[in-house]
Amino acid sequence: MFGSKQMKPSILPAQHRCTVKETEDNCEFEEFEGTPLYAALLTYLSYGVLCIFGWLRDFLRQSYIEKKKGALDPNAKLNFVPLYQSYESFYTRNMYTRVRDIFNRPVGSVASSEFDLVERISDDYNWTYRYTGNTIRAINFGSYNYLGFAEKDGQCAMAAINSIKSNGTALCSTRSELGTQRYHNELETLLAEYLRVESCIAFGMGFATNALNIPAIASKGDLILSDKLNHVSLILGVRMSGAKSQTFAHNDMDDLEQKLHNAIVYGQPGHHRPWRKIFIIVEGIYSMEGSICRLPLLVQLKKKYKAYLYLDEAHSIGSMGKNGRGIVDYYNMDPNDIDILMGTFTKSFGSSGGYIAGKKDLIDHLRIHSHANYYASSMSAPVVYQILSSLHILMGRDGTKDGMRRIQQLADNTRYFRKKLVDMGFIVYGNKNSPIVPMMIYMPARVTRFNREMLARGIAVVTVGFPATKLVEARVRFCISASHTREMLDKALSAIDEVGDTISLRYSKRYEHRRLKDLK
Amino acid sequence: MLLSSMSSVDIESLATDFYGLIQSFYHAPLYHIILEILLFFAVMWLLFFRKPRPIEKKLTEKEKQELIDEWQPEPLVPTVDPNHPALNVRILDGPVGKYITIDNEQSLNFASLNFLNFVGNERIQSKSIQAVQKYGVGSCGPRGFYGTIDIHLELEERLARFFGCEEGIIYSYGFSTIASIIPAYSKRNDVIFVDEGVHYAIQKGIEASRSNIKWFKHNDLDDLERLLIEQENLDKKNIKKARATRRFLIVEGLYMNYGDLCPLPRMVELKYKYKYRIFIDESVSFGTIGQTGRGITEYYNIDRQQIDLISSTLEYAAGSIGGFAVGSSFVVDHQRLSAQGYCFSASLPPLLAAAAIEALNIMEENSDLFETLMYKSEQLHNKLIAIKGYIIQGDYLSPLKHIRLPNEFNTTGRLESIVHFAQTKHITITVARYLQDEHVLPQPSIRLILNVDITEEEMDFLCAVLQEALVVTI
Repeated sequence: MFGSKQMKPSILPAQHRCTVKETEDNCEFEEFEGTPLYAALLTYLSYGVLCIFGWLRDFLRQSYIEKKKGALDPNAKLNFVPLYQSYESFYTRNMYTRVRDIFNRPVGSVASSEFDLVERISDDYNWTYRYTGNTIRAINFGSYNYLGFAEKDGQCAMAAINSIKSNGTALCSTRSELGTQRYHNELETLLAEYLRVESCIAFGMGFATNALNIPAIASKGDLILSDKLNHVSLILGVRMSGAKSQTFAHNDMDDLEQKLHNAIVYGQPGHHRPWRKIFIIVEGIYSMEGSICRLPLLVQLKKKYKAYLYLDEAHSIGSMGKNGRGIVDYYNMDPNDIDILMGTFTKSFGSSGGYIAGKKDLIDHLRIHSHANYYASSMSAPVVYQILSSLHILMGRDGTKDGMRRIQQLADNTRYFRKKLVDMGFIVYGNKNSPIVPMMIYMPARVTRFNREMLARGIAVVTVGFPATKLVEARVRFCISASHTREMLDKALSAIDEVGDTISLRYSKRYEHRRLKDLK
Repeated sequence: MLLSSMSSVDIESLATDFYGLIQSFYHAPLYHIILEILLFFAVMWLLFFRKPRPIEKKLTEKEKQELIDEWQPEPLVPTVDPNHPALNVRILDGPVGKYITIDNEQSLNFASLNFLNFVGNERIQSKSIQAVQKYGVGSCGPRGFYGTIDIHLELEERLARFFGCEEGIIYSYGFSTIASIIPAYSKRNDVIFVDEGVHYAIQKGIEASRSNIKWFKHNDLDDLERLLIEQENLDKKNIKKARATRRFLIVEGLYMNYGDLCPLPRMVELKYKYKYRIFIDESVSFGTIGQTGRGITEYYNIDRQQIDLISSTLEYAAGSIGGFAVGSSFVVDHQRLSAQGYCFSASLPPLLAAAAIEALNIMEENSDLFETLMYKSEQLHNKLIAIKGYIIQGDYLSPLKHIRLPNEFNTTGRLESIVHFAQTKHITITVARYLQDEHVLPQPSIRLILNVDITEEEMDFLCAVLQEALVVTI
């Protein structure tokens, strides 16, 4: 009944996997084409060559033939224990630094569909940079701006500016002491209405929302089953809570059911006493894979085994669903079935912060026990007003259809972009409706070249490799936005077409390899 | 003895009776005897020395299903007390500067950690507005993926320059700053010496690092030395392990929970004697202590190159949101790939970075702000200790003080009623709130904060109200 395969161990190239029904109409349709063997072999070979050169360079540096670049420990000569082990920073010295210019690119304008990148040049192979003072205009496929709310003028920006004039930028106090303003309560009420739940609480940082609140909900004696590809903030929160945790294979409902079954039957390891509570932690959209969680099956399992479900909608709130209400909306389900809904404001609302939503008891409990409520400063006024005004637009309360237009535009852009890429013969991962579009590149040198070539053509992309992904599965990840026009998408597609041809990125065996001009 | 030449029939006939048995023993081959002896020992071990392994009872499907049906989890959250103070907080309107508005009534603010009164400052507000008009509100990405705005780089450079250090790094949340920094450097086998009175974010950072924690009594240098000597003795026993164990000392410049300064000079001396690295958290002392607000290192005139890392927050004196760390490039640069709160989180909204830069500008232009603050703190301290009936905790120079009632009178209930009474007289103060799982839970107290723009008359008014409150509540 739950028919997806177990993931193989990471050293082998990934096998093809597909969710339940193969038809394109099914909203759960996701595809992860297997890694071609030659690509995997070449990737290992590339890393092997990089390692050999790394050792050679380290040897040259140790024997003072080559000058040591990078900062030196001021305490080195005083017999202190070294702060970093040499092998820990091998990767940083010899691999990361060579390609450092493709990461951390400074932005000099608002991060909307087109932006200005600050030009920086390195004269010593990325050890140091100097700024030329110029900017490079590029189309933005890297920022999380799904609904296009990253704007410097317009309703939201005006609301933020007015709030600075009337409330200042900071509060210098925690929520439990003197940090609660009227607009905090307004935000929480409005958000609860938008998500159609009883109650909601907001925090100033999305990462901290997970890391500081999971310990308030779970504790020693509980079991947490979390997806293998969960975000670092969830893993940190689980670790800090003191509960026992087990991972289940990514999106594999059979594996999860097996673990739930065993957990209840055999109890805690050692003394076999029953678990106090069992949690399942999953994400709405997984940001590196583009896949979405199998929510109907999850809710079914959760009800059967009486577990609690924690859904992290960091990327999916606002960007999925016909009303932008997230994965719950996408599957047309009742939000009251999910015990703890979590999300962030950074991606779809153009602001910063996170929230947790659910029943009133849960939220009151968090107000009393959350680390963030007692020790972290409350949210700044312009940040809150940006969220409030973008929520008003999304809910149609501003009297226009702008909210629905944005949601529809995002869905159209996503489908168009994905279809074109797949038709051209590139391997694209993830759900067909997910605005995160990972395209596989595999080899480290190709990843770097792709990034630089795309920037030369005026497209800014995000490429990720080890350790954010598996060693063999380096990829480029496009983030589609509602503010991208058809022309921008076409420009990007033709650039991908050209670069993909030059570097031979068309790996797909399931779809034909075609040039863009042959698709029309 | 090797009688393999004997025929099998002969050997058998020898074994039939007891005498024959002994005889056969003498006549058997050597290998046979050795095998028999080993077999004998094996049997003895199996019978007497092996622990009996419990036989796992296999459950039937029906039994498993019953267990699943019977199991009831605990409720998601325990029952909540609707009268808990965290559920009944005061709701404010308007900017929370020197004066705040609660329910349309204005009162003097002695509760927000707004030391330099930058909240509501015109210059800071106009710079933030300019930043919104250029960058929008959010930064839409983590630092590694187009979330680095040029204004972040400017702020990092300005902070490094302010402290005279090589490099600075900023975080988007004050709590996450020190909580991400500690696990980035200190791992499972390392040793951390930490003061018992550090605030909660440091405690969480230490917990996340999974290192060996050695708590020493608050500001007690003798206790610290005792622990250092213990560690030195351990090192002598296993030199190889000692060469791979990093050591850190984590202290605060001005303690949030106590209001007193840490004895830094002696700690720096001990650093070079026992070879540990010092991380100071200057959340409260940044912008409040020192001639020009550069914190405790300036106050004690210690060379900042001797401190490995100074971390702080922009949420108190600087009137913005976020946190930062400064130090040598060697130390700070490591966080850019290893600190979780930096790599995996969206970056600081540009308008808040602009607010912080402007705050730094004001701090550098008006360095007499800090002298004024220290002078007024001393003034307030003298006035407070003159009120009979309160115990004041905190250094005389510190703008953050804890006020308690003597002995058994000191309960949260009484302190809350003092706070409530003060509010009716248009003075806003607050009881310090802590979670129950603090390492050393401080005694209930009212945390009093001095704003640099408070005048002497206002301080006198505060003291009068506090005096009156004693009469009314006890």
